[in-house]
Amino acid sequence: MIHNFNYHRATTVQESLSLLEKFKEDYKIICGGQSLLILMRQGLVAPENLVDIKSVKEMSYIDYDPKKGLKIGAATTHREIEKSPEIKKNYPVLVEMEENLASVQTRNWGTIGGNLAHGDPASDPAPILIAMTATVKLANTNGERSLLLEDFFVDIFETALEEGELLIEIQVPVPLKKSAVAYEKFNIIKNHQGIVSVAASITMAEDGIGCKDARIVLGAAAATPLRAGEAEQMLIGKKIDTKLLASVGKKASEECDPVSDIHATETYRRALVKALTIKIMKKAWEQAKTSGRVGGKHT
Amino acid sequence: MKKKLVHLTVNEEYHELYISPRKLLVEILRDELDLTGTKRGCSTGSCGACTILLDGAAVKSCSVLAVQVDGAKVTTVEGLADGAGLTPLQLSFLDHGAFQCGFCTSGMLMSATAFLNEDPVSEDIKKGIQGNICRCTGYNSILRAIRAVAEGKYEDEGR
Repeated sequence: MIHNFNYHRATTVQESLSLLEKFKEDYKIICGGQSLLILMRQGLVAPENLVDIKSVKEMSYIDYDPKKGLKIGAATTHREIEKSPEIKKNYPVLVEMEENLASVQTRNWGTIGGNLAHGDPASDPAPILIAMTATVKLANTNGERSLLLEDFFVDIFETALEEGELLIEIQVPVPLKKSAVAYEKFNIIKNHQGIVSVAASITMAEDGIGCKDARIVLGAAAATPLRAGEAEQMLIGKKIDTKLLASVGKKASEECDPVSDIHATETYRRALVKALTIKIMKKAWEQAKTSGRVGGKHT
Repeated sequence: MKKKLVHLTVNEEYHELYISPRKLLVEILRDELDLTGTKRGCSTGSCGACTILLDGAAVKSCSVLAVQVDGAKVTTVEGLADGAGLTPLQLSFLDHGAFQCGFCTSGMLMSATAFLNEDPVSEDIKKGIQGNICRCTGYNSILRAIRAVAEGKYEDEGR
């Protein structure tokens, strides 16, 4: 049974922010509510005030500019991202991720902003967006600020959102030339929450041989989506081969800090991180070499 | 907690309801409007038995607060058939014996209806009921029933 709360519907960003300011810490924001309502039904979350931003139309958009990159309104549904021709063309791996996120019904109603603001370390979009160097735009009644998505996640189910602040937009830069992003989540039943997920981005050096930049982001392998920074460093400036990838995978599995739960033990998760990191880095590397697939110009 | 006025068009019938904001859409459909065709299974958004169409899109009615969908158009399984006139999909479910206990059937029908509306000739039928669980049939008869409609075998039948 859901506990009593006062319900407030906002229809604009300004109205949402005024409501958040008014209720101080005694509120919870709901958009699609696909994660929140489960917690409310279990009595784990019992807010005094519920601020509904699902009707804030100005926060639902997908805007791609070949020079400025991608902007997604926080109230955009997963399904809108999945079906967007511009995202399919320029960031195909985002579509691939969405197609494997929960069920059609959940994607039809759940939103990208809600997913990120929930702060679940097993979030599907978080690792991949961090691998793409995404930023988030946060607003309160005094103004806006931008934050790298990797800095947005503070702890398990805890984000950098301050009292009165609302996540309003997700920004993804234009893909670099000779770069690619790959992603995979491991689970027993397709489309379920990942037991572990790995997203990786690779940018090749101008010579087309060495690795100029690399990002490895792990999902469900720590209290937050986690960048395997030391593993990344092992790649930069190097020519990638099977041997190097094996040690990178090993390093990533040492860097992460997974829990044991009903889905998997810590040992099993570390083994998965190692195997998936190797597999996904290899995939990203091959794509970066051949086409720079995530929309970068063919050279 | 103050009750809220909610306007809902359910199966083309307009309703004005004073409801507690903590009521889920499935509770309003079943308990207030007596539309018990929509089933409440897991209540955690996992099983899909409560699937309805919300402005044409398949959504799990156990995972939506009714107050959030003020002004929306809802279609439940009762809105598919017109009296005895079943839809092609419903006829196909009958012909293919696409149910045993029947608890998942209304959710299956709603998901498959939305799926076929989006892509009437899809070959990737499994995607259409990705979010629905059936514990009896093993899914094959359900997939056959949906596929038959996608292949146009029911074009001249149904309402």
